[in-house]
Amino acid sequence: MAEITANSRLAAAKGRLDTVAMLKEAGLTALVMFALTVGLVGFEVRDIPGGLALFTRFDDVAVAVLLGFFGRMALFLLREGHPRPVAIIGGPLVLLLVLVLAADVWFTGAGDVAASESIRSWLPFNSIIVVWVIAIISVFIAARAILAIRRASSTVTVEEREARADHVAAQVQKIGRYVGPALLAFALLYPFLPFVNRQLLDISVLVVTYMMLGWGLNIVVGLAGLLDLGYVAFYAVGAYSYALLGTKLDMSFWVCLPFAGFMAATAGVILGFPVLRLRGDYLAIVTLGFGEMIRVILLNWYDVTRGPDGISNIPRPSFFGLPFTRRPPEGTESFHTFFGLEYTPVDRLIFLYYLILAMAMITNLFTMRIRKLPVGRAWEALREDETACRSLGVNPTNTKLTAFGIGAMFGGFAGSFFATRQGFISPESFTFIESAVILAIVVLGGFGSQLGVIVAAILLIGLPEFFRELQQYRMLAFGAAMVLIMVWRPAGLLAHREPTIRLHPRSGPADKTAPQSAE
Amino acid sequence: MEGSIHYFVDQTINGLTLGAIYGLIAIGYTLVYGIIGMINFAHGEIFMIGSFLAFFVFLGLGLSGITWVPLAILCALVVTMMLTPVYGWTLERVAYRPLRGSPRLAALITAIGMSIFLQNYVQLLQGARPRPLQPVISGGIELMRTVTPDGSPYVVGLSYLQLLIIVLTVALMTVFTLVITRTPLGRAQRACEQDRDMAALIGVNVDRTISLTFVMGAALASVAGLIFVMNYGVIDFFIGFLAGIKAFTAAVLGGIGSLPGAMLGGLLIGLIEAFWSGYFTVEYKDVAAFSILVLVLIFRPTGLLGKPDIEKV
Repeated sequence: MAEITANSRLAAAKGRLDTVAMLKEAGLTALVMFALTVGLVGFEVRDIPGGLALFTRFDDVAVAVLLGFFGRMALFLLREGHPRPVAIIGGPLVLLLVLVLAADVWFTGAGDVAASESIRSWLPFNSIIVVWVIAIISVFIAARAILAIRRASSTVTVEEREARADHVAAQVQKIGRYVGPALLAFALLYPFLPFVNRQLLDISVLVVTYMMLGWGLNIVVGLAGLLDLGYVAFYAVGAYSYALLGTKLDMSFWVCLPFAGFMAATAGVILGFPVLRLRGDYLAIVTLGFGEMIRVILLNWYDVTRGPDGISNIPRPSFFGLPFTRRPPEGTESFHTFFGLEYTPVDRLIFLYYLILAMAMITNLFTMRIRKLPVGRAWEALREDETACRSLGVNPTNTKLTAFGIGAMFGGFAGSFFATRQGFISPESFTFIESAVILAIVVLGGFGSQLGVIVAAILLIGLPEFFRELQQYRMLAFGAAMVLIMVWRPAGLLAHREPTIRLHPRSGPADKTAPQSAE
Repeated sequence: MEGSIHYFVDQTINGLTLGAIYGLIAIGYTLVYGIIGMINFAHGEIFMIGSFLAFFVFLGLGLSGITWVPLAILCALVVTMMLTPVYGWTLERVAYRPLRGSPRLAALITAIGMSIFLQNYVQLLQGARPRPLQPVISGGIELMRTVTPDGSPYVVGLSYLQLLIIVLTVALMTVFTLVITRTPLGRAQRACEQDRDMAALIGVNVDRTISLTFVMGAALASVAGLIFVMNYGVIDFFIGFLAGIKAFTAAVLGGIGSLPGAMLGGLLIGLIEAFWSGYFTVEYKDVAAFSILVLVLIFRPTGLLGKPDIEKV
C-alpha cells in the first residue's frame, strides 16, 4: 500500500518541479547555516604574547553555507520525487570526495605524511574528521538518490522504517540467546588471545567497567523508567568509601566491596526518599543537582576527602590475600611466588579484568533474574503507567526506592573497583559528563536491553580509546547521537519490547512458525 | 564589617545584578515549559553562546580601535540578539519538533544531548581555556562611605555597569511583558499554552508560535550572556551549565510557566546566592542553589506564583 502511494506521488510530481520553493528552502537553510557558523566558526580567539587576538575562518563559514544550500536542495529534490539530478550531479562529487579521503588514508597508512598533508590542505576545515562526517552524510544522500531511482520511490514511511528496525532488533534479541554465551566465552578467553596486548587489556577493563555502570543504570532508567542524571554520585560514594576505608583503616578490597555497595545504596535511598514522588523530568533535574552537590562536597570537605588533591595510594586488590607485587615483604608470598610463575606486571591487569568481568556479569545476571520477580515486574509496570499501578495497589515510592537503591548499589561496586584500579581518585573523575556518558550508553543501547549496553559501551568507550584523534570529538558525537537516536528511534537502537508475561502463552509450534511466516 | 549595613547594601547590589542574569535566562525556561511542557535543558548553552558572540564583538571592536562605549554595547546587543536566536530556532527545529507528542523523558534526553553537543561545539571551535575580557565600562556612583575597623575606607557604590544592567533588564522585561500581554503573538502564545489543539483549530499557527517562543527565550538569554561578559569579564564553554541549572531553579522557585514568577525567582536566587557567599561560604554556594531547588520541588512544586498542575489520566 505504501509502495503504491509513493509511486503515485512520484508520478504526480514528475515534471513539476517547484523551483521557487526549492530555492526558498535552500536559501533559508543557507541563511541559518550562516548565522550558526559566522560567530563561532568565523572567528577564533587565540592567545598571543601580550593578550588575545581574533583570527578569522571565513572560508569554513562559506563552505558550511554552500553545503547547507546544496544539501538542502538535494533533500528537497529527493522528497519531491526527483532523484535523478541528485544522483547525476551529486554522485560524482561524492565519489570524488570519497576517493580523496581514501587517498589520504592510503598515504597515511603508507607513512607518506607530506602527501597526506598536501591533500588535507586542499580540504576545507582544519579537521579531517569533520570532512569524514560530511562525506558519510553525502554518501548517504547519494545512496538514497540511487536507491530511489531503482525503486522508483524515494520515501519510506515511518511505519515501514519502524517495523524494519523493530524486526532487526527482535532478530538480534532472538540471536542474543546464543550470542550471549558466545560473548561470555570470548570474554573469558580474551586475555589469553594472541593479539591481546597490555594496552588492549587496559581498554577492555575500562569498557567492562562502563558496561557494568550501564547495566546498573539500566535498572533505574530502563526498568523503572526513572531518569537519573546523577548516577555518578553513587559511583563516587562507592569509590570514596573504599578509598577512605582502605587508606585510613587499612581494610582489604574484599571487605570494603560490600560496604561500598551498602554505602552507595544507602546514599541512593536517602537521596531518593524525598524526591521519588516527583514527576519524571523534575526528578531528573533533582538527581542532577544531587550529583553536583556530592561533587561539591567532595571538593570542599578537605579534612576527609582531601578536596581537589584527591586520595592516592589506594591499596590494590589481592588474590585471596596474595598481592600482585614483584617482591613480597619478608615471610609473605605474592601471586607469582605462590603459583611458581615468572613475575609479569600483566598478571595484575588480567586479574583486574576478570574481577570487573565477574562484577559486571553479576550485575547482568541480577538484572535478568529480578525482572522476573514481583518487584521487577512492578518496576516495569510503574514505568508504563504509574496511575494504573497505584490503583492496583503497588506502592510507587517504595518500588521506585528499591530500583534507585539497587541501581546505586551497583554504581557503588563499580566505584570501588574504579578506586582500586586507579589507585588514585579525585572529584575530577565524577563530573556530570560522566553521568551523561553512562546515560548515553543506556540510551543508545536501548532502554532495558542488556545486549545493547554491551554494544554501546564498546562503541562509546572502546572506539575513542583506540582512535585518539576521535577523542576530542567524543562528547560532540555523544550529544549528537543522543539527539538522533531519540528522534529516529526513541526506544533505543536495539530496543524491542516483548511483553514480559502473557495471559495466554503462545504454544511451542506457533512460536516457531510465527517469525518464519513474517519473513 | 560583615554586620554593617554597608556590606549588606553591597551584597544586595551584587545579588540584584546576578538576579538579573538568572531572571533573563529563567524566562526562556518558563516560556518553553509553559507552551510545550518540557525542560529545555540546552537553554543554558544558548546563554553561553550569546556571551561568546558578545565577547567577539567587544574584542573585535576593541582591537579595531573603536572605543566609544555606547556604540560597542549597542553593536554587541544587536549582533547577539540577531545571531543567538537562530541557535534557539535551530534547536527547536532539529531536536524538539520531531519529538512533539512523545513522552517527556524522550524530549529531556534530546535536550541533554543538545546541551552536550553545543558545549563541545564551542569547546572544539574556541578552545577550553577561559577567555578574559577587559572591563568595558568603568566608574560609578558612590552611595555610601564608611571606615572599616582597621582604618581603611570602605565605599559602597553602584557602578555604571550595574546601573546599565538593571536598566537594561527592566526595559527588556517591560517590553517583553507588553509583547506577551498586548500583541497578537502574545495572544497566540497564551492560546497555545492553554490548549494547543484548540488553538490550532481556531487558526493559530502552533509550530510558528512555538518557534517564536524559542527565539524570544534565546534573545533574552543572549542579553543575559552579554551582561555576564561585561560583569564578570571571563567566559568559557562551561558557563552555561551552572547558569542554566540556577536559572531553572529560579523558574521553578517562581512557579514554572509564570512570567512574573521567573523574574521574581531570578532575583531571589541571585540575592540568596550573593548573601550566601557574602555571609557564609563561597564554596558551597552552588549547594545552596541546588538545595533550594530540591526543597521547593518537594514542598511547593508549583513555586511561589505558579498554578497547580493537574495530571490528567
